[in-house]
Amino acid sequence: MAEEVKLMKGNEAIAHAAIRYGADGYFGYPITPQSEIMETLMEEKPWETTGMVVLQAESEVAAINMVYGGAGCGKAVMTSSSSPGVSLKQEGISYMAGAELPCLIVNVMRGGPGLGTIQPSQADYFQTVKGGGHGDYRLITLAPASVQEMADFVKLGFDLAFKYRNPAIILADGVIGQMMEKVVLPPFQPRLTEVEIRQARPWATQGKPAGRKRNVITSLELDPARMEENNLRFQAKYREIEKHEVRYEELDCTDADYLMVAFGSMARICQKTQEMAAAEGIKIGLLRPITLWPFPTEAIAGYADKVKGILVPELNAGQMIEDVRLAVNGRVKVEHFGRLGGIVPTPDEVLNAIKEKLM
Amino acid sequence: MDTKDIIKPENLVYSKPRLLNDNPMHYCPGCSHGVVHKLIAEVIDEMGMEEQTIGVAPVGCAVFAYNYIDIDWQEAAHGRAPAIATAIKRLNPDKLVFTYQGDGDLAAIGTAETIHACNRGENIAIIFINNGIYGMTGGQMAPTTLEGMVTSTCPYGRNVDLYGYPLKISDLVAKLDGSCYVTRQSVHTAAAVKKAKKAIRQAFENSMAKKGASLVEIVSTCASGWKMLPENANKWMEEHMFAKYPLGDLKNE
Amino acid sequence: MKEEIIIAGFGGQGVLSMGKILAYSGLMENKEVSWMPSYGPEQRGGTANVTVILSDERISSPVLNAFDIAIILNQPSLEKFESKVKPGGILIYDGYGIHHAPTRTDIDIYRIDAMDAATEMNNTKAFNMIVLGGLLKIKPMVSLENVLKGLKKSLPERHHKLIPMNEQAILKGMELIKKA
Repeated sequence: MAEEVKLMKGNEAIAHAAIRYGADGYFGYPITPQSEIMETLMEEKPWETTGMVVLQAESEVAAINMVYGGAGCGKAVMTSSSSPGVSLKQEGISYMAGAELPCLIVNVMRGGPGLGTIQPSQADYFQTVKGGGHGDYRLITLAPASVQEMADFVKLGFDLAFKYRNPAIILADGVIGQMMEKVVLPPFQPRLTEVEIRQARPWATQGKPAGRKRNVITSLELDPARMEENNLRFQAKYREIEKHEVRYEELDCTDADYLMVAFGSMARICQKTQEMAAAEGIKIGLLRPITLWPFPTEAIAGYADKVKGILVPELNAGQMIEDVRLAVNGRVKVEHFGRLGGIVPTPDEVLNAIKEKLM
Repeated sequence: MDTKDIIKPENLVYSKPRLLNDNPMHYCPGCSHGVVHKLIAEVIDEMGMEEQTIGVAPVGCAVFAYNYIDIDWQEAAHGRAPAIATAIKRLNPDKLVFTYQGDGDLAAIGTAETIHACNRGENIAIIFINNGIYGMTGGQMAPTTLEGMVTSTCPYGRNVDLYGYPLKISDLVAKLDGSCYVTRQSVHTAAAVKKAKKAIRQAFENSMAKKGASLVEIVSTCASGWKMLPENANKWMEEHMFAKYPLGDLKNE
Repeated sequence: MKEEIIIAGFGGQGVLSMGKILAYSGLMENKEVSWMPSYGPEQRGGTANVTVILSDERISSPVLNAFDIAIILNQPSLEKFESKVKPGGILIYDGYGIHHAPTRTDIDIYRIDAMDAATEMNNTKAFNMIVLGGLLKIKPMVSLENVLKGLKKSLPERHHKLIPMNEQAILKGMELIKKA
């Protein structure tokens, strides 16, 4: 039977998708605009059905470390927060990257810096794709642009995290978290049993049977020569991810005179801009990175000699534009349009920016 | 008796615990960590829990605990061991889960995690080494440093007007509804070691019986950090540490 | 068909839930829908608005600069959104608390005294359903049957007993709305 079409918020879709994925645990701390994720989980009581553990932690710091503990046991565990809370989690995220632990993190971004505002923003792009925490590491970053993608990226995020033993993050914003749209939830899949975990994830701390070496989940290696080896192994893994996991969407890019590169809610606004431009006879394509890391560098580079200019609209002061500029390497004009601090621009503002900056 | 006779099995009076491996320990001579590691290894073995135990190591001198006790381990960020243990136990309710933490880890940077894990009644055991100083980083003031005690960050002695008072965190934990067993022990004499082992065993059994959070504080020496000979450190501990941190059960329900 | 709608008023007037019911009704008719609220610290009496889009085709942006229909429930919202109605579009406002009526001549303006009617019915909670009734009279974008189905979907089961009252309110709104 086909799954029922439902209407729900992006945040609620994350919660339902997590239960259906067979997630083992969620650990979080309330913060606007993403509190519906934990609220929905508590309302659904998955511990009575799938056995999923849901716990409200004493802080975001504790929550991400609970995720570390769960992930270290080979469990599918996740946390969610919004910008200031995600800043608090950076220590734990760095440790997880260093200990090569898979997990899913959700950031429903709000305007900063500091306590900032609770309105939508994309100002955590740098924090997410360039590091955030200390050390040379990368986060697999998925940028949903619809409620459906909020639901779908839970499975995608977990699957990639386990495939590469690396944290994955869904980088959404207040628009995608708070809006309601139609969604078809993914099918239920069972949680892994202890036997299955021991087999599929032999690195997990499930208790040491006689005959195998003890498993130690750690990011510590005091010997710099060995720590360099660890880092080289991470980097080799990151190159693999860059090779195989780039995802993006192109809308009306063939024959376009101008290109917009935008992600998440901003990409949705840009679609309306495209409609308005088409009505005026202006051909603007939209390339929407779905993975922000790995970044669709080659796809964007391919447009450098085809379009007259590229606009990068973002809900920030100019962050992803740096990666777009690196991709085209000076071969075409790349301009930025951004609203800051929680202001969401309307489609006509983006169109005006194209006219002013590129035409 | 020559050596050949001494090593005959029937003459065996003591052997290294099976779960303590052969890696040379990095602890200083006279340090309490080695003894406590030995007790943990013995208790896990005696309980037959080797295959079902997950330990959580701290940041501090015991960061390498996972190199010595031959079980599965997770190494925590500084102070976060109780949060990590919370998730491990909740997701694996039938496993034996314990943390091993020092005073800086448990009672300074990790105070929130300690208090909240215990207050939630997490079914974990916390082994808490209190030697009143940061050992790993070279002898700085700890939350449990005694009044007047000299460290590298209170070189004129801990002045409570400047640094506040030594924190009796076990007393705090004992007050929480979620803790079931809080005790203060030491390992400086054979008799004390025996009692400490019993306490660790009870804490581990509480974890398996899902009775709530157990905390075993081991009042310890840090001969290097205190800049004393091990023997003198033991004496100093008896005279000064025990006055502030008296041994015995604070709670046993 | 595509209707781009803004509903704006005070928090506590049922602005968001009215939008939600409209969205659920659209879902019942197999339309594409989006519901994008302004959100802020929970506050009764603060301003609230929601953008609802019902369409036969895929919806691009949930955030809009111009609307086919504006439903305005207080003065600040009128000042903010009157100019955002597309030429030839519709503006519906509740007379209660509007001191300066809308002035545009290139759009159709309707008035519905829903607050007064709700007070008369001794049921201020029916207010937003009266307004919704008025909207559906002018623009029957979804059937009453599907609105009731949508209500059922959006309300927790324990509140289903309120559905007949809501139907009454919608019918009342259909009677009350008039060209301004």
